[in-house]
Amino acid sequence: MRGPVLDEDLLAGVRDVSPLILGIAPFSLVAGIAAVDAGLGLAEAVGMSVIVFAGASQLAALELLGENAPLAVVVGTAAVINLRMLMYSASIAPHFADYGRRLRTGLAYLLTDQAYALSVAEFDENPERSRWRYYLGAAASLWIVWQIGTVAGVVLGAGVPDAWGLTFAVPLVFLALLVPAMKDRPTTVAGVAGGAVAVAAVGLPLNLGLLAGALCGIAAGLLAEVTAS
Amino acid sequence: MTGALGGLIASPRAWVAILAIGAITYGIRLSFIHLFGRIDGVPTRLQRPLRYVPPAVLAALVLPDLVTPRPSVAATLLDERLIAGLVAGAVAWRTEDVFATIASGMLALWLFRFVVFA
Repeated sequence: MRGPVLDEDLLAGVRDVSPLILGIAPFSLVAGIAAVDAGLGLAEAVGMSVIVFAGASQLAALELLGENAPLAVVVGTAAVINLRMLMYSASIAPHFADYGRRLRTGLAYLLTDQAYALSVAEFDENPERSRWRYYLGAAASLWIVWQIGTVAGVVLGAGVPDAWGLTFAVPLVFLALLVPAMKDRPTTVAGVAGGAVAVAAVGLPLNLGLLAGALCGIAAGLLAEVTAS
Repeated sequence: MTGALGGLIASPRAWVAILAIGAITYGIRLSFIHLFGRIDGVPTRLQRPLRYVPPAVLAALVLPDLVTPRPSVAATLLDERLIAGLVAGAVAWRTEDVFATIASGMLALWLFRFVVFA
């Protein structure tokens, strides 16, 4: 039963992404739980997961919405967190250059850390693969798991006592992403400086401590890079 | 507000944020995929600072949730969140696995909250 959609390349993408589901599923649960904690309902939680579809920025936005931060701070923080996708977009663009505008517009919507990393590695290794079908298999699987997990998180988050501290899973998710992001000396310096400044500046209004920490961390990373070379 | 429609528009503030973040994020994703051919890769001047965005932003998000400065150093260090965060950080470093990190951190938090400090 191999129809025109369920072809070999698409299934290869689904197969290769499946081990990552174990990491994505609890992440998406946390996104749903965090939405409930921030005072949002199911419609907003699912709306955010469908429209934004970028976990770390969703969690940061939810945390800030829950703290009643100004909208500009909420949107600005989420935008900064997603800036890294500029690099993914640039890196994967040559692989999609032959496709029509409409297809590229759709493929771009599904771009995530995992879909990008898997696909670019596969394109290098197996040049004969259909790029868009492989990418679609991986990226769309992530999308489906993400939406199901969000709904499950909203249902779960509403029924669990506060004492369990389920929202503590939010910083834990960030921690799980932070540790591998500190892969050499300059990136480690950026993380240490960013965290330290954010703790020191936690009393600043409008959640400016987060912005101060992020900017100081980026500056410290650049400085460490210059002094190392 | 009540009813299905009330549920949908109960939080206009959140919807404004969701739509704005969604539009910006999609723009970032589409940027080079759409423009390819006109620009040749990310300019180096932008690429260098972009490398430090993930560690700097993530650390600035995590640390204030783990560390609450208190009058004494001992009181600051003896915080269930900090200890659970250190456990999870060690697991993240050894496994680089999101699920293992969340599970170990939550278990450590519950251990301190319901057993050790109870």
